[in-house]
Amino acid sequence: MTAYHHHAGSDPKSSSDSNIASDIALRVKAIEALLIEKGIVDPAALDTIIETYETKVGPHIGARIVAKAWVDSEFKQRLLADGTSAIAELGLTGFSSEHMIVVENTSEIHNLIVCTLCSCYPWAILGLPPTWYKSFAYRSRAVIEPRVVLKEFGLEIPENVEVRVWDSTSDLRYLVLPERPEGTEGLSEEELAKLVTRNAMIGAAKVDLTTVPSEVSQ
Amino acid sequence: MNGPHDLGGMQSMGAIPIEENEPIFHSEWEAKVFAMSFATFGNFFTVDETRHASERMPPGKYLSSSYYERWLFALELLLTEHSLVSSAEIEEKIAELSQSNELS
Repeated sequence: MTAYHHHAGSDPKSSSDSNIASDIALRVKAIEALLIEKGIVDPAALDTIIETYETKVGPHIGARIVAKAWVDSEFKQRLLADGTSAIAELGLTGFSSEHMIVVENTSEIHNLIVCTLCSCYPWAILGLPPTWYKSFAYRSRAVIEPRVVLKEFGLEIPENVEVRVWDSTSDLRYLVLPERPEGTEGLSEEELAKLVTRNAMIGAAKVDLTTVPSEVSQ
Repeated sequence: MNGPHDLGGMQSMGAIPIEENEPIFHSEWEAKVFAMSFATFGNFFTVDETRHASERMPPGKYLSSSYYERWLFALELLLTEHSLVSSAEIEEKIAELSQSNELS
């Protein structure tokens, strides 16, 4: 069992080691037992679903798309023109990423993705969203004060750079194509992919050579 | 639908809760709620219905529940509405499990 983490802010926590948490855990166990008894779900299938999202699907998939766009300008054009088809070319389409728009960060435009109504997110490409993306604070504030929100991530966007915020829907999800950092001219597509972080593909970070694993930056 | 889920522009929600190196799920029950929802939507009801179910959560409850608590609410609502499991069965099973926990 993973330790719980607590944060500043008004968002309800994922519960704590209180009676409420054990009540919820018991309730979930009861529902699971009933679904299995009734043959509605297969326990092995539940394990497979959890394992898939814990170990197989994640931001490394989106990073492949970004790195490919950085080294292949024709692919990049197709990706920005029709994200859904270009991602399908790589065979990386999947559940919750059926319709994709890819938006490019440049020296003049910074894009940020949110889902104000829910927490819609391209699961097949980035995995399950982080807690901050699902938080009431992010969902409410990203659309009214994106620059302040980005500062909380340590990202100060100069006034002369336009900030565009994209509100996802259940049917249409977004991916940010971050700017390729300077000094990466000699890197291969595979090495470039290692630089691309989840937050950079949501627009909450830039791809920065100073924060990458040492074997890549050296 | 102008429910509590329509959060865009709402104020006073505090700082963004940024967690370094967070796990995919923060507890076993969260993982199970996710998996049971994933395994049932598509087979017994649509994903859209699941989303709508969480939007039907009473506003006060919505705003005081965590993400997977809202998923659990939606799952339970749809399982009962589609007559897959009844509320009485859930309560009976909770009582049964709670008794066997005390005995063990």
